[in-house]
Amino acid sequence: MRISDVQSEEVLAGLPSATLAPRPLARATELLRGWSAQVMLGAAVMTLFLLVALIGPAIAPYAVHAQVGHVYASPSPSHPLGLDNGGYDVLSNLLVGARTSMIVGLCAAVVSILIGGTIGVIAGYVGGRTDGVLMRITDYFLVIPDIPLMIISAAVFGRNTRNIVVIIGLIYWTTAARLIRAQVRSLRQRVYVRRAELLGASGRRVLWTHIVPQVTPLLIANTVLMIANAIFAETYIAFLGLGNPTTPSWGAMIQSSLAGGAIFYHAWWAVLPPGIAVTVVVLAATLVGQGLEDSLNPRLRAGHLAVRRFRLRPLHGELERE
Amino acid sequence: MSEARGASRALLEVDGLAASYHLRRGVSAALARRPQSVVRAVDGVSLTVGRGEVVALVGESGSGKSSLAQTIMRAHPAQRGRIRFDGQEITTLGSAQLRPLRRRMQMIFQDPYESLDPRFRVRRTVSEPLVIHGIGDHARRAELVSEALRACGLDPPELFLDRYPHELSGGQRQRVAIAAALALEPQLLIADEPVSMLDVSVRAGVLNVLAGLRDSGLGILLITHDLAVAASFADRLYVMYLGRIVEQGPAHEVISAPSHPYTRALVSVTPRRTPRTGGAPQILAGEIPDATRVPPGCRFHPRCPVATDACRRSDPQLEPLPGPGGAAGQHLAACILAPDRRVVQQTSR
Repeated sequence: MRISDVQSEEVLAGLPSATLAPRPLARATELLRGWSAQVMLGAAVMTLFLLVALIGPAIAPYAVHAQVGHVYASPSPSHPLGLDNGGYDVLSNLLVGARTSMIVGLCAAVVSILIGGTIGVIAGYVGGRTDGVLMRITDYFLVIPDIPLMIISAAVFGRNTRNIVVIIGLIYWTTAARLIRAQVRSLRQRVYVRRAELLGASGRRVLWTHIVPQVTPLLIANTVLMIANAIFAETYIAFLGLGNPTTPSWGAMIQSSLAGGAIFYHAWWAVLPPGIAVTVVVLAATLVGQGLEDSLNPRLRAGHLAVRRFRLRPLHGELERE
Repeated sequence: MSEARGASRALLEVDGLAASYHLRRGVSAALARRPQSVVRAVDGVSLTVGRGEVVALVGESGSGKSSLAQTIMRAHPAQRGRIRFDGQEITTLGSAQLRPLRRRMQMIFQDPYESLDPRFRVRRTVSEPLVIHGIGDHARRAELVSEALRACGLDPPELFLDRYPHELSGGQRQRVAIAAALALEPQLLIADEPVSMLDVSVRAGVLNVLAGLRDSGLGILLITHDLAVAASFADRLYVMYLGRIVEQGPAHEVISAPSHPYTRALVSVTPRRTPRTGGAPQILAGEIPDATRVPPGCRFHPRCPVATDACRRSDPQLEPLPGPGGAAGQHLAACILAPDRRVVQQTSR
């Protein structure tokens, strides 16, 4: 063991620095290789849906709220997914509705992570009474029944997209807050964080240079998971008739078709496409989010971010015992 | 250096310092109004570190060495006593007033795998203290970083600047940690077990770096459980047991003529170059006692091989010893049996 250590030190010292300097590209590909097929598949599907959200209105064959044929006309070459209860083209609505779902999903996820991340970092870093108060608030939000809250807030604040984003964000920040708090608490005890404090670094500096960058990967994984939740929430808010009535969305399509007797007319084409779209995009986001979390969440994998440390430590424990 | 001159000029003076940790009580204990148990990790310690002096603090695990270091660095509040740095009282300074002083007193930690941010390249780790204290511009900092690395034996620095901690060996990491501490050109360095996690083959290298720093006027408080390390590098030695200093004096004198039974036990189990001359190793029975329940009388008596009835009753203070160091007031031991050293030696045989 000792001999090899000496050798490695000499070997390292003898090599030109260029071969040893970490190459960002190599690191990125290494990271990508570590990702499983599920992450790749999920990411591909999400990219597709994001693309649709961007260009959907441009490629939609018909206007959204334009009666272009009989009510519940079956799928045909000119209307591949048929028509719904208003005689609107289902495919066009689906393509345009993607934008609402993705916008609400992304924005609400970001809002919830911003709230949850901030509260988690503050609670974990400051600790003590602040931590206690913030965590009790988190517990309180955790047990709020979300659907009644959504109904009430839609009634009180009005049914527009911004309010939906805010309300979903307000309901879903708790998981992120608890996760991040736990992680920050453990980081705070790290020797290199204490060292920075003893160097005279301010609390803000320690937070921004040593702690926040360490929890950022976790935040990203959580954001992606949250997108799935938020898209799903947006769909059922719209399904409950609490969505923005002026913009088409998948939830609103399902809601209006069901209310318009799609079941009675056996018009499966008016209900299934938006339902499947929601399922697929939620599944894709979950795949990506869970894949990222598997490799980043220290609770799911004992290795934390600096995996190598754990490989080296037992060896040095033995040395010390010698 | 006489004690009087040392006291007025010393870089670090610690006087009667005490620090304790409060253990959490369970709900039932709180309801029963049982008193909160208190760990007296540091219980009235006085020591000094002069400029250009290496002072070793020796003791087994749990003796309070690291707590003492944390308290001196003001990472843990002092309960009693005073800490003076370069003549300035720092025991109760707020964090804002401490900041300029932190520049002049630095600490290095035991575990070089833990003390470097894994996402920071060497360049950033070593320049971080400079950035925190707003020293120099970009170019000047780069110079200082290179200088510090070179001083710690990482030469040429260009080879190491862009590496991450995981690309370095243990010895290199500890050198980086030392370089980061040195970049600020501190006057005092507290090294908490700087080599205990390192391979024996690289220990000497790191210790030589520290020894070289002493010659440039740096005061070093070297905390170690390894008496051999202390013996070879320290000018003076403090032996700590259960939160107290039990023996102190010039390093060679403490090791060649240990007076306190605890020091004698430590010395007897330290490997020697000539094993036959050392006498039988004296293995202390039992563990260091729980610091929440310090034994009455001399705190070492439950494990002491020569303890008498008197040891159970009186708590000995540090007293000068007969002999050259003791006569000069430098070699002290806290043992009622110590002043007559022959008695201790005879009884222990």
